[in-house]
Order: sequence, then structure tokens, then C-alpha cells
Amino acid sequence: MSTQEIRFSGFGGQGIIRCALITGKALALYDDKFATMTQAFGPEARGSACAAQLVVSDERVLYPYITHPGTLMALSQEAYDKYYGELPKGGTLIVEEQLVKLRGEHPDLRLLRVPATRYAEELGNRLFTNLVALGFFTAVTDVVTADAMKKALPGLVPDRFLKINIKAFDKGYEYGLKLTGQSNGHES
Amino acid sequence: MKTKPSGVSGTGGSGGDVCSSERYPGATIVTADPKGVDAGPHFMDGDHAIAEGGLAAGCRFFAGYPITPSTEAAERFAERAPEVGAMFIQMEDELASIAALIGGAWGGQKCMTVTCGPGFSLMTENLGLACMTETPMVIANVQRGGPSTGLPTLTAQQDMMQARYGPHGDNMIIALCPDSPQECFDLTVEAFNLSEYYRVPVIILTDETVGHMHEKVVIPPADQIKILPRNNYSGPKESCRPYKFDSQGGHPMVRAGDGYNFHITGLTHNEKGYPVMTAEQNVKVVTHLMEKINGNADKIIRLEENEIDGADVVVVSYGITSRIAVKAIQDARKEGIKVGSLRLITIWPFCEKRIRKLAPKVKAFVVPEINYGQMVKEVERCAGGVKVISVNHCGGAVHDPDVILAAIRKANQ
Repeated sequence: MSTQEIRFSGFGGQGIIRCALITGKALALYDDKFATMTQAFGPEARGSACAAQLVVSDERVLYPYITHPGTLMALSQEAYDKYYGELPKGGTLIVEEQLVKLRGEHPDLRLLRVPATRYAEELGNRLFTNLVALGFFTAVTDVVTADAMKKALPGLVPDRFLKINIKAFDKGYEYGLKLTGQSNGHES
Repeated sequence: MKTKPSGVSGTGGSGGDVCSSERYPGATIVTADPKGVDAGPHFMDGDHAIAEGGLAAGCRFFAGYPITPSTEAAERFAERAPEVGAMFIQMEDELASIAALIGGAWGGQKCMTVTCGPGFSLMTENLGLACMTETPMVIANVQRGGPSTGLPTLTAQQDMMQARYGPHGDNMIIALCPDSPQECFDLTVEAFNLSEYYRVPVIILTDETVGHMHEKVVIPPADQIKILPRNNYSGPKESCRPYKFDSQGGHPMVRAGDGYNFHITGLTHNEKGYPVMTAEQNVKVVTHLMEKINGNADKIIRLEENEIDGADVVVVSYGITSRIAVKAIQDARKEGIKVGSLRLITIWPFCEKRIRKLAPKVKAFVVPEINYGQMVKEVERCAGGVKVISVNHCGGAVHDPDVILAAIRKANQ
């Protein structure tokens, strides 16, 4: 891996920025990578379309923003509409199954759909949608290890919700493995 | 270009090598109080790292007024203050904030605040008072696009000259410019050390990008962070002098409440601090204020140089722009252009000597910055007629590396 650029997007309040923080921390602290995270500020981070960017590399990240996004995670219609066009041929597009109505088949992209909201609701609260999606993202991309992601959670989710967040992560992770035909032997 | 994470293995801002008795002659150097040091690896933004740097350096008083994009630093300090035993006050505005720091410093505390352009503008009057009264403090300006309220959430490097020339009258400050959250931590520690030694406000000139960018920040254990503790006078009453006008640093403060009679004023004063408003006295005071910094510039200035020897073109940059510039430099080298990088870690005092020495050896300097052309004026002043290309950019975003590359190509012609 040289450099990978990932955009997490959705609407404010969904925990989009949290997704990028968890992934960045996992990479920088536990997967021995260089990771630089930047995020949306201002009103867009508080209700409307919200995005966070992560640049991951084996070497120091020089340019902190996204120029050639390889992976887009879109948890809202607005985020999908706004960002899917920037993905190159072969790019990975992860969308929330219920919240995003696709504008086409996207034959040029690696399209993956996750029922994150439904799984989160099954766990008792749709607030866990982001962690389900993050588990799914971890399973279907080669960006970050599940082990590192789980190590990164303490401090970034409230202590009393740590267990259920891990459960949500696992749910998405297992679904991702199943969907992509991987065994979950290396699941931690 | 081989790059490594700054701080930990690179510039070593919090490490031992930049806090030595050669750099701070006569100073007491101790290790940090573990209470303020949140040691270990973190995934942290630059703003938070500034607050942590302050706490690690022994800052126990923060007075500020929240303003984007610096607010996270105030929040972090406020959150950590109770466990560290520090005081945090949210003031009514920035004028009051810096006034509180001046009081806090003479009350014996290491003090800091954070702000951005609009707040810094309000602080400049009392920044002048702090310079005149030789009051140590650290102010972080997390720059956003201006002028006025400008671009609250977007980046800029437009306050470089304001930091230096903001207050009226002749005065000299020190300013440092971090290029990463790690360096935000390291340079804040260093800022406190410089501030204590030279008894001068030290300004961290960072920007929205670095302030809001999360990266790995390694906070060393307390016993690896060297700091200059507050140097308070403790001798006999009759020889107590809060000032000494000898163009040097390292002089003790007098702490209010320790029983010494002394006076602090913005008026031209004698060594006891009492007003002496004569032209002769002003020569003594102003010369000291200027020369304690300018005369010790060699000890204060830190630069990061890369492949300068034999370079035809030297890119002079700082802060976030220096990282973008590296990308352009790498591309230029692939084209066979001999280009070196000079990164200003210390912005003020300016590295005048270094530029003068380099100028005859290069075809041109390239100076990218997120403003209409500010530090480029300093480079021009020292370049002795050698071509200087300004890659200015009005704020709101970082440079496109290709624009810097184009300037490097042009410089090489």
C-alpha cells in the first residue's frame, strides 16, 4: 500500500466524524501506518451533509486532503449524491442500504450495500449505525485490521456503550465477510 | 525526499536536544511535572496538542474566549484543568483574556491562551503591554482566512506580520510555526521555555488545517520533557529588580505577594519598574527589548533544511504549506531540478543570516504561503537581488502542489 484516500460521509449526528476518528486512530496507533484525518466544520457537521476524510500511507502524509478518493462510505442520500461521482473506475462505494437510493448500477465501481440501520435497530438503537457500517468497511476493504479498530474504540465511544459498540462493529464485520465470501477465521 | 514524523524523531521540540544550557545560558532546566503530562501515543488534532503542550510545559493558567478554529484547544485545557490542578477562565473577550494572562504571569503562573485573527487583533494592545513589561506568556493563533471575520472555518497564514508588528511601538516577539499536531505539542513546550527565558510573549502561528487535523501525537513521559521553571527572585529586598536592561534573557521575575515592592507599567521605566519618561531611558529599554531577541537570534532560530547544498532553487515555507511544498519538491526533483527545502520552524526572529548566506549560491527562492505575500517580503529583503518568486494564495484552502511545482520550474530557468 502506498497511499489510500477514504471519505466517510452522511448527515450530521450519524457519527461520521467518529468513524474517521476511530479508523485514523486504529491505523496510526495500532496498525503502524501514517494517517491524517480532516473533517467538515461549520453548520454542515451539525445536521446536513457531513464528511470526514482520511489519508492513509506507509510514509508521512504530506497533503492532508483527499485528491483521489479510493473508497467512499455514504450513509445518506445527500452524501451519496454529492460524492459518488468523484470515485475513479474500480473505486469502492459503500452505501447504507435503506438510506441510499442508487442512481444507477455503478458497473465501474465496487459497490457494496450494508443494512447498517436495520442491524443497529436490532441491537436496540439506530445510533449504532455508524459502528455497523465501520465493521462492514473493515471487512470489505484492506485498509485497516479489525483488531486495531477494536483497540481504537475505548476513549472514542462512551465507556458504558463500549460493549454494544463492539457488538455493532462485529455485526457489520461478519456481514461484510459473508458478503465478500471471506471466512471469518481472522476475526478478532 | 525522506521525511519523518516531526517531533518524535525529527525536530524534537519537546525532547532534550532543544532545551539545553547552550541554548538557555544560566537557566535552571528541570523535567516536566508528571501531573500535566498525558504521556503516550494519541490520535489528536493540533488544537488539542497545543493544550497538552501547555500543560506539559507547566502552564497552570488559561484565560480565553472561544473562537473558531482555536476553540478545541480551550476545550481541552478546560477539560484537563481540574485533574492537573490548573485554572481555566472563560473571559468576556480577548482584551480581558490577555490582560488576565499578564496578571497571572506576575502572580507566578505560566499562562497561555488561544485565538485566531479577530481575537488576536483585540489582544494586540495588551500584547504590547506584555512586551513592554517583559511578561512571559504563550498565545496560539490558529489562523483562519481574513481580513476581519473572514472565513471562520477555513485555513490561512495571513497573520504572520500581525504577530510581529501588531502592537504599536518598537517591540520584538518570538513566533513558532508547527507543521503537524505533533509539532503543535512540541513547539508549545518550546514556546513556554523561550517565553520564560526571554520574558517575552511567544506566539504559536498555526492554521486551521493543522489545528483541526488529526494525526498521531506522541507525548513523551514527563522525565523526557525538559522545561524551564518560572525563575522567581528570592534575594534581599534592597537588591530586588524586576528588570535588567542588558539585551539578554535569563532574568528572574518578581512574584506578586512574595513581599517585594516593585512596580509594573507600560510607561518607559527603570530597573525597579518605576516610570522614567526620558529619551535616554527609552533607548535603554527599547534596545533591550529588541536585542534580547535579535541579538540571540542564533540561539532562538530553528530551521529544517533538506538538500540545500548544491540546490539551484530553495523553497522557503512554513506550517502546513511546507508539507504541501515537499510534494512539489519531490516532483521537481524527478524532473532533475536541484531544489532544496528550508522550513521555518521559528518565524520570528526571521532567519536573516541564513537567507543572506544562501542567496549567492542559488538561482532563486520560491516562497509559497497562504496569504497575499507576507514572509516573502522578508526573504526578498535578505536575498540581495536574487530572484524571489512568491506563490501567494489568498486563504481558504491549502496550495495545489502543482502551482508550487510550476514556480519551482520557473525559478530554475
